[in-house]
Amino acid sequence: MTATDAVVWAAVALGGVATFAVRASFVFLYERLDIPELAERALGYVPAAVLAALVVPAVLTLDGVPVAEAGLPPAEALRTLLGSDRVLAAGVAAVVAYYTEDVLATIVVGMGVLLALGAV
Amino acid sequence: MTLRDDFLAGVRDVAPVLLGIVPFGLVAGAAAVEAGLTGAQAVGLSVVVFAGASQLAAIDLLGDGAPLAVVVGTVVVVNLRMVMYSASIAPHFRDLAARWKALVAYLLTDQAYAMSLTRFRENGVSRRGYYLGVAAPLWVVWQICTVVGVVVGARVPAWLPLDFALPLVFLALLVPAVEDAGTAAAALVGGTLATVGAGLPYELGLPLGAVCGVLAGLLAAPVGRALGGVRR
Repeated sequence: MTATDAVVWAAVALGGVATFAVRASFVFLYERLDIPELAERALGYVPAAVLAALVVPAVLTLDGVPVAEAGLPPAEALRTLLGSDRVLAAGVAAVVAYYTEDVLATIVVGMGVLLALGAV
Repeated sequence: MTLRDDFLAGVRDVAPVLLGIVPFGLVAGAAAVEAGLTGAQAVGLSVVVFAGASQLAAIDLLGDGAPLAVVVGTVVVVNLRMVMYSASIAPHFRDLAARWKALVAYLLTDQAYAMSLTRFRENGVSRRGYYLGVAAPLWVVWQICTVVGVVVGARVPAWLPLDFALPLVFLALLVPAVEDAGTAAAALVGGTLATVGAGLPYELGLPLGAVCGVLAGLLAAPVGRALGGVRR
């Protein structure tokens, strides 16, 4: 059963307000709060932690399914992943990222390797 | 550099990233229509919420007729990681007027956050100019793709794995962000837990990985320094 129009619009409005509140929270509160030194240091680790949390699950998929949901025993999952096109392409792209620090070069090489492996 | 120069530098830097959000936006539009939302509702969701992963989760739940509180709660949980972005980027925008802060907050996405923070490490960049140069094109392309997805569906040629472009963008930003023991531990723990938790409800794997990754960074940093691995 699909939600009614009223529920959908309410979800849009409330979801939007809540999401804006989350995004705006510290942008507005930062000066007013006395941020402890430990929290300041913690913020330095946000980019590495979040980016890895975005990248790794997206690379470690089997036929588009996250490996944790594929239901394979760990050893077999690992073996399948090591031979996966996406893992190989991401590995090459990581090397390119390391040497060039260039987003476009990383995308082009990563996509190129993935397409080439798919064609083989 | 002037505001305008930095805005244009942001636009240049974000151009390849736009490619990565195309399939995602198309799917957000097409999935909304398939779930029974009207075109106006699909576009409304994209404009008002403007956060892809949470939009897809909400569309799924609305299609199943889930209660309003569950839909809104899921949207909030999926977007909770943005509290960390907000805190992390806030010092760079502390001097802006409230209306600019509101615009910065509305446009805050994974891509805008990661790309801007990477560039903010350099001095002499106009924060507002560069950030808007990155964030505004992301907004425009996202909305266009949603509309196209609503109208014609998500037709990406099967041989073109465009969905891989976005992880590659984040990979390109991740590699230089790992620069010492603390950031390496943050990435290792964040990536591992997000992968293991990929099946968790409410997309909880991502915030779980992110928070534990930050904690791992804090714990590992003194160890790294003790081992003499300081590269800063």
